[in-house]
Amino acid sequence: MGEAIVITSGKGGVGKTTTTANIGTALALMDKKVCLIDTDIGLRNLDVVMGLENRIIYDIVDVIEERCKLKQALIKDKRFDYLSLLPAAQTSDKTSVTADGMQRIVAELKQEYDYIIIDCPAGIEQGFQNAIAGADKAIVVTTPEKSSVRDADRIIGLLEKEEMEEPPRLVINRIRNHMMKNGDMLDIDEVLQILSIDLIGIVIDDDEVIKASNKGEPVAYKPSSKASIAYRNIARRILGETVPLQSLDTEKGMMQKIKQFFGMRS
Amino acid sequence: MTQDKKQLITMKGTKDGLTLFIDDTCSFDKAIQELEYKMNESRPANTEPVVAVRVKLGYRFLKDDQMSLLKKIITAENRFTIQTIESDVVPREEVRKWQENSEIKAMNRIVRSGQVLHITGDLLLIGDVNPGGKVTATGNIFIMGNLRGIAHAGIDGDKQAFIVASYMNPMQLRIAHYISRAPDYESDGVYMECGLVDEEKDKIIIDRLQVLSQRRREINRFERRMLNG
Repeated sequence: MGEAIVITSGKGGVGKTTTTANIGTALALMDKKVCLIDTDIGLRNLDVVMGLENRIIYDIVDVIEERCKLKQALIKDKRFDYLSLLPAAQTSDKTSVTADGMQRIVAELKQEYDYIIIDCPAGIEQGFQNAIAGADKAIVVTTPEKSSVRDADRIIGLLEKEEMEEPPRLVINRIRNHMMKNGDMLDIDEVLQILSIDLIGIVIDDDEVIKASNKGEPVAYKPSSKASIAYRNIARRILGETVPLQSLDTEKGMMQKIKQFFGMRS
Repeated sequence: MTQDKKQLITMKGTKDGLTLFIDDTCSFDKAIQELEYKMNESRPANTEPVVAVRVKLGYRFLKDDQMSLLKKIITAENRFTIQTIESDVVPREEVRKWQENSEIKAMNRIVRSGQVLHITGDLLLIGDVNPGGKVTATGNIFIMGNLRGIAHAGIDGDKQAFIVASYMNPMQLRIAHYISRAPDYESDGVYMECGLVDEEKDKIIIDRLQVLSQRRREINRFERRMLNG
């Protein structure tokens, strides 16, 4: 039996889809069987970030309306055999997706996969309710901005009402170290003090992330940047490892650290 | 036979006016009968001054229609005005309401953005009120945690209500119909302070906790609202 984790944030544009793609990739790198589900009907992005856009034949709405089997709609990743994507519909009517239908799909996928990562749409309407319906755990993504923290707080409140296995955990995304130091951005402690949930990872704002998603290759695939390591660390924490938080300061010995990181793994 | 002789209605003159005792052991009809008789006995002229009457019912409870009948008989064609009608009996429902309003209810949670926590009576919140969250109470609000959202004490109009927080950095403080908001510049918030209505300035002020003991002495008394009735 696998476990289903929903990635949500409330606010749009904080990096839900990027986080989903990268956590999925990082888990697949650790030889886990992973299935990603995009639930943002009408505005699907996850397939683009994963570079699987032109392989889509069937989507989640087709599965729910029984135009195809679940297995037919799953797209196998280019890089990993054990990584699949269930894409969202781009044109179909989104009202056909229900919480019930989502629960059925997730339950079926859990038989086959170790981790099901659900990419939630922005907002708190039906789309959000559907996305969290089948999930066992939740990861809330926020950026160190007031508006984003406010929405994350709202989302955590809603998630607490759901019966999940454990309270949601937090990813603080798009951290800009120099702004945090100057006090122009909320710092990590401030965010944690307001949200008071466990932190599962911090990711710095890295140009590589944008470059990589434009290439259709999640940044976590290649350990070439700090963001990549950050996502890999999150995946390791999901697996239950204790990994210290990444230091935010860029120092000379960064390459050294990455080498050391690999030394630890092998 | 002595029963019949016993006066059901007794009147006493005091310097504040007239007090009218109605015996609480006889039936209401009997008391009304005698009251009507007594009233008819003495019809004062219109030129006489108006007298204030306090009616004491003892352990008798009157329903609304009985109450209005009583009022009608006393005031009709007379130079009486009713000041108060006092009864030593309080309906269970009212007592329950009083109790509810004077109880302190403890909650242990975080009130997050978009959530509203409403309490009848006093609220003791062990946890934070986050920005965008709101707590309201008909009585006072005590927060053992960070108040960063909105707190509204005395929501039914009790101006004496106050708000206490371990860490006070609210978006808004509201007491009865008063509203105060945080300044437009970024502020750090204060520790162990209270918010209450300053009658002279006619607005909400935030001050050290110690000020409370001078301004709101009645909090030491448990049945304060029972007494204020």
